[in-house]
Amino acid sequence: MICLIILCTEDINNIYVSSTMPPSRQYSQSTIPLLPFRHYIGNTEFCTENNTSECMLYISQELLALGFPSIFFDLNGLRELDVISALNSMYGLLQMHRRAVGMLAELEVEQLRVSSDLHCQQLTNSKLKDQLELSKKENLRLCERERQLEANTKALHHCLKNEKEEVQKLQNVIASRASQYNHNLKRKEREFGKLKERLNQLLTDKKDKKQGMDVLNYVGRSDGKRSQWKTGKTDSRHESDMYKALLNEFDKHQRELMIENAELKKVLQQIKQEMVGILSPKRQSGETQKEEKPKEFTDQQIASDEEEENSFKGTSEMSCEHAREQLSNSIRQQWRKLKDHMANLDNKASLVHLGQGINEEMISKEVHQEEMERLKLEIQQCKDFIHTQQQLLQQQLSTPWDEETAAVLTDCYMLEEKERLKEEWKTFEEQKKNFEMERRTFTEAAIRLGHERKMFEEDRATWLKHQFLNMTFTDQMNLKTQNTLSEYAVQEQKHISSPKTPL
Amino acid sequence: TDTKGCCGMNFSEVFKQSNQLCKVSPDGKYLATCVQYRLVVRDVNTLQILQLYTCLDQVASMEWSSDSLFILCAMYKRGLVQVWSLEQPDWHCKIDEGSIGLVSSRWSPDGRHILNTTEFHLRVTVWSLCNKSVSYIKYPKACQKGMDFSADGRYMALAERRDCKDYISVFVCDDWHLLRHFETDTQDLAGVEWSPNGCVLAAWDSCLEYKMLLYSLDGRLLSTYSAYEWSLGIKSVAWSPSSQFLAIGSYDEKVRILNHITWKKLTEFEHHPTITNSKAVVFKEVEKRPVIPTEDLSIQQIAMESSLFDIQSKYEIPPLPVQVPVVKPDPDRANPKIGISAIAFSVDNRYLATKNDCMPQSVWVWDMQRLGPTAVLEQTAPVRFFAWDPRRPRLALCTGNTKLYLWSPAGCVSVKVPVEGGFQVQSLFWHCSGDSVVLLGKDQLCLCYMATDEEKHMLRSHVVGLGVACFTSH
Repeated sequence: MICLIILCTEDINNIYVSSTMPPSRQYSQSTIPLLPFRHYIGNTEFCTENNTSECMLYISQELLALGFPSIFFDLNGLRELDVISALNSMYGLLQMHRRAVGMLAELEVEQLRVSSDLHCQQLTNSKLKDQLELSKKENLRLCERERQLEANTKALHHCLKNEKEEVQKLQNVIASRASQYNHNLKRKEREFGKLKERLNQLLTDKKDKKQGMDVLNYVGRSDGKRSQWKTGKTDSRHESDMYKALLNEFDKHQRELMIENAELKKVLQQIKQEMVGILSPKRQSGETQKEEKPKEFTDQQIASDEEEENSFKGTSEMSCEHAREQLSNSIRQQWRKLKDHMANLDNKASLVHLGQGINEEMISKEVHQEEMERLKLEIQQCKDFIHTQQQLLQQQLSTPWDEETAAVLTDCYMLEEKERLKEEWKTFEEQKKNFEMERRTFTEAAIRLGHERKMFEEDRATWLKHQFLNMTFTDQMNLKTQNTLSEYAVQEQKHISSPKTPL
Repeated sequence: TDTKGCCGMNFSEVFKQSNQLCKVSPDGKYLATCVQYRLVVRDVNTLQILQLYTCLDQVASMEWSSDSLFILCAMYKRGLVQVWSLEQPDWHCKIDEGSIGLVSSRWSPDGRHILNTTEFHLRVTVWSLCNKSVSYIKYPKACQKGMDFSADGRYMALAERRDCKDYISVFVCDDWHLLRHFETDTQDLAGVEWSPNGCVLAAWDSCLEYKMLLYSLDGRLLSTYSAYEWSLGIKSVAWSPSSQFLAIGSYDEKVRILNHITWKKLTEFEHHPTITNSKAVVFKEVEKRPVIPTEDLSIQQIAMESSLFDIQSKYEIPPLPVQVPVVKPDPDRANPKIGISAIAFSVDNRYLATKNDCMPQSVWVWDMQRLGPTAVLEQTAPVRFFAWDPRRPRLALCTGNTKLYLWSPAGCVSVKVPVEGGFQVQSLFWHCSGDSVVLLGKDQLCLCYMATDEEKHMLRSHVVGLGVACFTSH
């Protein structure tokens, strides 16, 4: 029996071991039941000679738990192994195991299938995602294209509207021209009709009205002269007269233009002279040693300018191109010189600012400006001062107002005083009140104090009385001094009009 | 008898006239009026009748000769022209055009030739009063202004058309010698006008094409100007008295000014319906209908105060911006009422008065120095006529009511013509001295004497009489 059990247990061991080996178990945790005795790993034994009964018990418990009948049968209170039921149980276990393995295999297959499905799904998912991306991009592109096309259509609409307006305008023009043409045509037709009628009338009319002039006598010409025969000479005279008229007109025109031209030239000359004037005195007044060389230059320049002017005076009457160019060139030159001069002055100012060679006559721009500012400020202050003084003076010297206004004004002042006084009174009143209150409290306090004093004196007096009454004669001497004290007390008592206690 | 108006204006009494035929002699001394078939010549100052002539038929056109010695009376229906002499009342002259008919008749500048245009513009016959000579000019053109004399009276420009082409002939008025004859590059020549200095001839095309051609006296083409194509073109033309400017008014409601040196556009004046230019003063005529209390009136009062029922008007200056009333023309009709139909320069070249047909109640006055609008007059009725004073920058206009309106740079005046029974002023013209205006009604005429400067000073503060005038100055 024991051998069988061992075999069984070995088998069970093997079964256990084999059941721990399948590859699919990688994914799931192995759930090896914990044995009560030892941790069952590999081929370690479950049952040995020592613990057979425990093993048997254990196994029977387990089997019971699994739903197998008990492998023991009771024989007089002793548990004996029922081999048949044990074998049956083992068989049952084997069947169970087989079923379990089968299920496991199925599950594994299922799992494989599922995992492959999942993989497939994932692949399709990623593919779909890519597709989605693509289609989104496509969508954006199409949207963009649509927008562009819309803008295009709007522009085209606008163009179309413009074109339509243009067409309308042209149609209006055509319509007005057509109506004008029709009108003219009708007028001409009417005229033509009348002409035809008249022609008819003339052809049929026998009485031909003679055309002619009937005058009493011929009148002389308005200018009194005789009329002349028409000859070739008169024709040429007419031509010459016509050309003379035209020439006169041209002459007049040209004279006017000349006058205008001369005036403009004069103006330009004046400008030029003024410019020269501006340039030359400046150069004479504010010059440093450094400027000597340029001074010579400018002297030369001025001399040349004068020469130019002199020579120019002769040509000012000429209106030829040369003179015109000369004038405009000289003006341009002067203007350039003026500009250069201004630039020079600026440079000079900046140089002086840097502290190079300050001349007594020249002061730096900055200092000058500061001085100016200061002076301006002073002037402004003085002005303000004068202004206020004037105001005050006016106030003082102003004519005496009439009584009303004076009264009003004085009243104003009085009012102010009154107000002030009122306020002071108020404070005074308040203070007075305070003082009164304080005085009252003081008096009350004094009264209270008096009362208390009285009480105190009375108490003292009684105490002294007692003392005295309780004291011996020998102490009378001592008491004398005390008497005086009590006398004082009595006196005080008298003062306070308390009932006297005869001593 | 004179009826005293305000601002020192005296109005004469009313005389009869027919056909608006009333002309002052060029020397300013006489006033000739036609009443049916009578010709009445008066002294301008006293208005006394000096001469009375009787024509053979109702006079259609009347004109003084340039030396104020003769008067021409034309009767188109009868094809007759009669000439009267002022010096010799017995002198007579009758021109009979016969079967050829008469459409227009006018004096030549020397006052001794008469140019008759036959019916259908077949020819122009030049009759001489000095001798027996008769001249014929063929193919004159029937257009807006086909004939023009230069200011000095020496040359005449005539528009002609033959073989569907336009030509211009320049004649010497002395002996009617053909000086120049040239073709013009126009579709349908509408008018010719000499510049006041007599050296430039402006010729323009019909309104179907905007084209202005400028020719020199000797026939050379100086310049061509065309502002735009296709739309209706030139409606009116005016030279400035100094010949400096040529103003062209067109159907696009603009006036373009050409300068005489380059013949290019100097500027253009636009007649915008909204006036925002602060330099332009808008004078708006405001009518004030009188409120008549019916109960308190007595018959006497009504008889005395004939002005009680009169509509008083005065000028107001509304604040800018101002909207000018616009009348849209009928687009289907020919000669649409749109565009500048009247332009006139003042005698000192300083101002230009224009009228836009689609703003018929307004007259625009432009300053030529500033080249911008200086005043816009807005009347209560369409303006019928306006004319500048020949001596000073003063504009007189009328709208067909009983008032005369005057504008000057100092301001605007509206004067009621103090004629009993009302006087509808339909047309007017100035006396050559600028001292008086002749007002023409339907069949009446009245003279308005302007105050001289001394009188103006005296009467400025004195408002008197039945004439109501309100002086608005800016």
